[in-house]
Amino acid sequence: MATIENNLFDIRTMDTLASGNTGLHRLDPRAKLITTLIFIVMVVSLGKYEISMMIPFVIYPVAMVVGADLPVFYLLKKILIVSPFAVLIGIFNPLLDTQPLLEIGRVSLSGGWVSFFSILIRFALTVGAALVLICLTGFNGVCMALEKLKVPLPFVIQLLFLYRYLFVLIEEASRMIRARSLRSFDSGRMRFKVFVPLLGQLLLRTLDRAQRIHLAMLCRGFDGHIRVAKPMTFGQKEVIFILSWSCFFILARRYNLPVIFGSIIEGFF
Amino acid sequence: MHMADALISPAVGGALWAASAGLIGYCSKKLRQDQDDRKIPLMGVIGAFIFAAQMINFTIPATGSSGHLGGGMILAILLGPHAAFLAMASVLTVQALFFADGGLLALGCNIFNLGFFPCFICYPLIYKLFVRGKASSGAIITGALVSAILGLQMGAFSVVLETFFSGISELPFAVFVALMLPIHLAIGLVEGITTAAVILFVWKSRPEIMMASPEPGRGYSIGKVLAGFAAAAVIVGGALSWFASSHPDGLEWAMFRTAGVEKFAAPEKGIHSSLSAIQEKTAFLPDYGFKTTESHPGEETAGAWPAVNPGTSVSGLVGGLLTLCLAVFIGFVIKRRKAART
Repeated sequence: MATIENNLFDIRTMDTLASGNTGLHRLDPRAKLITTLIFIVMVVSLGKYEISMMIPFVIYPVAMVVGADLPVFYLLKKILIVSPFAVLIGIFNPLLDTQPLLEIGRVSLSGGWVSFFSILIRFALTVGAALVLICLTGFNGVCMALEKLKVPLPFVIQLLFLYRYLFVLIEEASRMIRARSLRSFDSGRMRFKVFVPLLGQLLLRTLDRAQRIHLAMLCRGFDGHIRVAKPMTFGQKEVIFILSWSCFFILARRYNLPVIFGSIIEGFF
Repeated sequence: MHMADALISPAVGGALWAASAGLIGYCSKKLRQDQDDRKIPLMGVIGAFIFAAQMINFTIPATGSSGHLGGGMILAILLGPHAAFLAMASVLTVQALFFADGGLLALGCNIFNLGFFPCFICYPLIYKLFVRGKASSGAIITGALVSAILGLQMGAFSVVLETFFSGISELPFAVFVALMLPIHLAIGLVEGITTAAVILFVWKSRPEIMMASPEPGRGYSIGKVLAGFAAAAVIVGGALSWFASSHPDGLEWAMFRTAGVEKFAAPEKGIHSSLSAIQEKTAFLPDYGFKTTESHPGEETAGAWPAVNPGTSVSGLVGGLLTLCLAVFIGFVIKRRKAART
């Protein structure tokens, strides 16, 4: 019960964030989508022991969060909530790969621990980048970018519809659950015998709703296309955004920036 | 069940992106040919229903845990394979973006694992086997149950394959299989029971909905699906072998370790001298390193840091971009052909 409304609240929060009006928000969605994809491919392509090379990539999500005034702790909490799967799979690395790889003072670190941390860092980076994208662009913006990038139209329309009716149906589901728990004494538990008709009813209502929506759309002249009033312009700013970030990613991918930085620092002493 | 970005390599992610993008294009084309625009709002709203349904949990007796509806199979039964695949793909996209389930690069894997198997393998080959012509409650229950369980098993197995070929996790193949399949047998059982029960409910209260669901026999051939599957397998196989031969994963890394060489910064320096000759001829980017003459001109000052092999990095980058381009290119070609037909 609580989770349903929490999830809904979460989506709404992100939508609210996406309606901000900083320079980053105003940027064409395509530019942000492409940059995010390049970022993720770059991070994921790093070898599993290359923790130091991963560090410079933190700059991108940080810059976006700072530039667009996004709530840092909210995003960190969201990353933390979904981390168990990566931790679960990654935690086997220290057990299976015990070859010492790093020696810091008298403590030696096995390859497994290094790769475990690398999994955690790449997890935080990739998830963070995706969240930042949606908080900056909004789901409709991402869909418009997909359409402009020649993703098949039926799929884009499907995404838009899904998002539009997500709220309606989740609210409907939560009303049904509330009604059930108000009428039953062991409100904490949903028995299977109750669950099936509940879900079945929801499905039937959904199908009826789809039919009504279709009729309403036909009345308004639907011909298989969804038109958007908000124009998108891919101008100089967008090109500069993509190119400068890409250059940075390539630089960070090719050279071990922290090592270079470290050796420069060492040069002073 | 969701694959995560952190556990896959760009080659695996890119290959499955390409496969999923191709399938999305194919399904979109099929839907357009259908000329049934009634389906467009139906798909969207049912996709939203899957979300709402996943948030309603029931208590599994005697275990204290709870179960909910999974999605893929019920969509396939209600909408037919093509629309169901698109709906499932859209559900997973929203999950990847808002709930950070999986990730953007792993989205291709997730769409393939959770969409392809129920829609294109289990529905036409298994569910239809049980519910052919005669729709009885027994047939619907067994059909939905068996196909949901098998679909999830296939998905779980392909998660294992993708993780294994990516080589980020150290988990041995056999152990991972032994871990994933039983867990997903239990999950599949719950999903199968809920799917069967809900489908049965719909069939009993409003049989016309089930009748109206599109017959897969119309304009739908197993041969085409198998051809698509073969193409995907070639893409995946090609990308994987290319990747596996030039990167220290699994077995190769174990060999590297037992050989006692301890130089962690450049594990790409392969030990497969005998294979490299063949590989040099076949691979576009042999051993992830450009020949020095082919390197980018202005950026060749990296010699000062022996730990960095610029060739390796450049080819990693080119490889990643290449797979991305492949995905985009396949989508583009399908789109073009679609435009030419209509």
